[in-house]
Amino acid sequence: MRAWIGRGIVFGLLAFIILGPLANLALWAAAEQWYFPHKLPVVYGTKFWEQVFKPRGDALVSLVTSVWIALATVAASLALAVPAGYALARLKLPWRTAILLAFLLPQAFPSLAVYINIARIFYEFRLNGTMTGVIMVHTVHGLVFAVWITAAAFAAVERDLELAARNLGASGLRTFLTVSLPLAAPGILASAIFVFLESLDEFTGTFFVGVPDVITLPLLMFTASIAGNYQIAAITALVLLVPSVVFMLIIERFLKADVLSKVGA
Amino acid sequence: MQDRGRLGVLLVAPALAAVLVLFIYPLGYSLVTAFQAKGGGFTLGNFAKAFEFYSVDIGFTLVIIVVSTLLIALASVAIGGYLTLGENPLAVAVLRWLYRWPLFIPFVVAAQCMRTFLAKNGLMNNTFVSLGILDVDQTIGFLDWRGIIITFVWKQTPFVALLVAGAMASLDRSTIEAARNLGAGRLRILFEILVPQVMPTLVVGLILSFVTMMSVLSVPLMISGESPTMMTVDMAFRINNYGDYGTANALGFISYLMTATCAWFYLKRQIR
Repeated sequence: MRAWIGRGIVFGLLAFIILGPLANLALWAAAEQWYFPHKLPVVYGTKFWEQVFKPRGDALVSLVTSVWIALATVAASLALAVPAGYALARLKLPWRTAILLAFLLPQAFPSLAVYINIARIFYEFRLNGTMTGVIMVHTVHGLVFAVWITAAAFAAVERDLELAARNLGASGLRTFLTVSLPLAAPGILASAIFVFLESLDEFTGTFFVGVPDVITLPLLMFTASIAGNYQIAAITALVLLVPSVVFMLIIERFLKADVLSKVGA
Repeated sequence: MQDRGRLGVLLVAPALAAVLVLFIYPLGYSLVTAFQAKGGGFTLGNFAKAFEFYSVDIGFTLVIIVVSTLLIALASVAIGGYLTLGENPLAVAVLRWLYRWPLFIPFVVAAQCMRTFLAKNGLMNNTFVSLGILDVDQTIGFLDWRGIIITFVWKQTPFVALLVAGAMASLDRSTIEAARNLGAGRLRILFEILVPQVMPTLVVGLILSFVTMMSVLSVPLMISGESPTMMTVDMAFRINNYGDYGTANALGFISYLMTATCAWFYLKRQIR
């Protein structure tokens, strides 16, 4: 019994620290008026929700922009990562470790300092403020997840199954399309989700490369927050939160231990 | 066999080219610009200017990141340790459910949560006042460098704890049981048996966190945009207000050096 009182206090405090800021966000999203010295919102309502989700409103436009960019980023990353991942898992490659590490580089350097220079280079190619420019930046940043997880997924496919297909007379390409690719699909899907989330949540790169025309949801949220529109910021933040929390809850279903143990190997 | 090798290179080439053009080239560009005067030619003037204007922020950046990293290490070892050694299955299950919430939450969202939670009249202080722990005029806001540390620790601990807990779970239980039978307490088992064995995983997680925190712009901008703040804010300011790439890249170079030092300590450990 005494142990539970101690645990209750520790867990209560932990829950307050972890969930408090999130509860706070939810309160702001539901509040119509909330001012000092009231400890909880004075008026609750959906006025700001209607404002955020009104047809052709800023938020809806940004949401569509963000989702398009994220989908295009996933497509570009997979187009680059599936062949690269397969080669890293199955084919003879010179400097294999160095190549694996090369994809880690964009996550290994403080990226802000690189983004400001990408923005400067993009300026000369008229890529600043374009979706293409933003998609390119997001793709390179997400490539480490795409390549590493895809390579691990291909490595986890049983080699015997591929050899059996070859013995039965299937060509290399056919074996890849009908055996290796379907078996690696859950891992590839996991990497796609990672890249999608990474792109959806990305702030710094878009902040420098996307301005002034490409306004994704994180940028819209930031602008609302700086301007003091906490309700609008909170509602946009909740929209961004949904995919993140869903993935946090289901990550283990996609990323099985046999794939996870081969990541980066 | 020769053909298969060539095919492999061919398949990897597009992805590698993307990293080369969109990351390595701009990285090199930033290194060169940091040492370049306005008209071209070598100079250390950018660094002189960076230190003259921003030495306080450079110091604060280092303090914020180092303190955050240490707190993240402590918290994730505590969480991983409890998940591995906890005796009550229900309490372990509750912690396992609870600690992961901030894992995939974007930094911008975390910053927005904290911006209203930690303010002088935010939910945190309101709760303390309601519970009678604090008086209304005793409350203080944390929207300064302390707020940045709190946000970083809140956001990054689950990531490192996930790695550490995973590594601890895959360890051989027999040494733990043996130590327990010999009468070692749980704290002793944690620090003398578990932590040394998961050290590589812990350090990798911490380095990745360190680099991530080093490049986050939204958190310092939203929690504490005024000095003392972090170098990322100063870099954005030099670019957006003055188009001053020289000083911004000099600050960038200093941030590379900080992460490189951190990585060097890690590599030195690995080689030894």
